[in-house]
Amino acid sequence: MAEVLVYVDHVDGAVRKPTLELLTLARRIGEPVAVALGAGAADTAAVLAEHGAVKVLTADAPEFAEYLVVPKVDALQAAYDAVSPAAVLVPSSAEGKEIAARLAVRIGSGIITDAVDLEAGEEGPVATQSAFAASFTTKSRVSKGTPVITVKPNSAPVEAAPTAGAVEALAVTFGALATGTKVVSRTPRESTGRPELTEAAIVVSGGRGVNGAENFHIVEELADSLGAAVGASRAAVDAGWYPHTNQVGQTGKSVSPQLYIATGISGAIQHRAGMQTSKTIVAINKDAEAPIFDLVDYGVVGDLFQVVPQLTQEIKARQG
Amino acid sequence: MSLRIVVCVKYVPDATGDRQFADDLTVDREDVDGLLSELDEYAVEQALQISENSDDDVEITVLTVGPEDAKDALRKALSMGADKAVHVEDDDLHGTDVMGTSLVLAKAIEKAGYDLVVTGMASTDGTMGVLPAILAERLGVPQVTLLSEVAVEDGKVTGRRDGDAASEQLEASLPAVVSVTDQSGEARYPSFKGIMAAKKKPVESWDLSDLDIEAEEVGLEGAWTAVDSAAKRPARTAGTIVKDEGEGGKQLAEFLAGQKFI
Ligand SMILES: Cc1cc2nc3c(=O)[nH]c(=O)nc-3n(C[C@H](O)[C@H](O)[C@H](O)COP(=O)(O)OP(=O)(O)OC[C@H]3O[C@@H](n4cnc5c(N)ncnc54)[C@H](O)[C@@H]3O)c2cc1C
Ligand SMILES: Nc1ncnc2c1ncn2[C@@H]1O[C@H](COP(=O)(O)O)[C@@H](O)[C@H]1O
Repeated sequence: MAEVLVYVDHVDGAVRKPTLELLTLARRIGEPVAVALGAGAADTAAVLAEHGAVKVLTADAPEFAEYLVVPKVDALQAAYDAVSPAAVLVPSSAEGKEIAARLAVRIGSGIITDAVDLEAGEEGPVATQSAFAASFTTKSRVSKGTPVITVKPNSAPVEAAPTAGAVEALAVTFGALATGTKVVSRTPRESTGRPELTEAAIVVSGGRGVNGAENFHIVEELADSLGAAVGASRAAVDAGWYPHTNQVGQTGKSVSPQLYIATGISGAIQHRAGMQTSKTIVAINKDAEAPIFDLVDYGVVGDLFQVVPQLTQEIKARQG
Repeated sequence: MSLRIVVCVKYVPDATGDRQFADDLTVDREDVDGLLSELDEYAVEQALQISENSDDDVEITVLTVGPEDAKDALRKALSMGADKAVHVEDDDLHGTDVMGTSLVLAKAIEKAGYDLVVTGMASTDGTMGVLPAILAERLGVPQVTLLSEVAVEDGKVTGRRDGDAASEQLEASLPAVVSVTDQSGEARYPSFKGIMAAKKKPVESWDLSDLDIEAEEVGLEGAWTAVDSAAKRPARTAGTIVKDEGEGGKQLAEFLAGQKFI
């Protein structure tokens, strides 16, 4: 059976959920061979094997952390040369897309980014994508070279598929460009203890209607009562009320949770681009004409300062 | 010293219009009004700021690959303050995907001459966000991408990249490819003077033969990816909308409980 390379997104050996979803998709096309790079790479093996990786290629070197993107491209290319896979799958993070794109140029292949589903097809893997702020769904293929495809979080279920998952060291030689862009310093983000925005099953977002950083605790309390991630519209981010890492939309994160709750958000096309594919959508807005209501499964026309705290309290009461 | 900056700008269908696909499944660029991608305005703005903060002799060239109307995007960038423009236009370019576009841009950038390439974070129609990395790969120069802050000094570019897990301070020597995000600072509006001045600024037109590119390397036929189908997403079925009469939060909780979220 053909092998499929899967690029592993992990933090010090802790594999992030989108990679496990990739393994589910990879198994539809062939046998997953995982590539894990950087500190803790070997620690990823057990979890990857649990989810179907027949082999885990690992490499660690200071270059991966000290220089931007290119060392990882060199390593992925080394894995590609070693395996000659039928396809290469990479999580659709900002960095993942850049790594995938550079690899595609090097191996003379086309690239598809931000797939939301993947199936085997007669002429190679068929990717489903959303276009024009998720108002269209397209199906496409890579028609030249080995398909390189990046896949968004929440695109497939995580499935157990235990296998051997033998760890093999990957030999990597860095090219001249690898040390081109130096990472002079790195400030890790502080953890909020809440789920990762793109991976969360429930997202609660606040917009301009929240009217100030000091009011965002209302949104956070609702999120915490549901175990949800917190999102924000660009208006709320630009006003400095909430960090940009939490922005949902075209120039922020795109999310596809089971439940999306928009509070004080009008539903501009650029915001919809990042949340329109959510399963269930709920909105609270005092303007009955707000475009967000065109998307909702349930909407409350009202003042969020009344409705949201009441909702939070009711959720807590029901949970006992 | 001189500093030659090339800014890549894309002409895109207006996102607030009714964007759609043409019969051949390429982006319909005729039935929806186009404009300079808002995300590329940030690239033009940062190039202008680099120029204003520099002691060097800076020349800013804006470059687009696109149909006849794409000149509008160049005009806008010129009226913001760029010095000159290059328009790569050729009938054989219709349907080109990112691999082809990046090939054309790389050749045009090399022909124009450059020390720094500045791009937007992503185009608002394709939204791939990978072209800057591909350009760096093709040109063989450092990639300093997704910057929310950028500065050029002493032949070096520095900047801040705010990623998911960390915020990174980056540094590379010129020549380099930089992309900037919409967090890099609001783009200026063209002044009346700027609009008038733009009318006299040079706009060169190049076609594929000027860049030694064969028609087979680009266009729909030469594309590295194939779109087999495009379907309009079914409209979401109309939901329940209630007006809060004092019990809105409780009613919503009831709905969420019914859906097993609570
Ligand atoms: C290139 C580009 C990229 C963009 N990218 C993004 C992006 O990634 N994400 C994004 O979100 N936007 C993005 N935008 C901006 C987008 O166009 C909108 O401006 C933005 O989404 C508006 O945010 P908002 O809904 O919070 O604010 P508004 O549109 O001002 O809406 C606020 C809403 O809150 C309601 N409200 C006010 N007070 C209350 C109250 N007390 N109770 C209940 N409701 C209340 C109002 O009725 C209104 O509907 C982008 C724009 C451009 C041009
Ligand atoms: N046809 C084009 N002409 C000029 N620049 C482009 C073109 N397509 C993309 N770009 C540049 O590349 C960036 C990223 O585009 P993309 O990877 O297509 O999302 C854009 O913000 C532009 O700066």
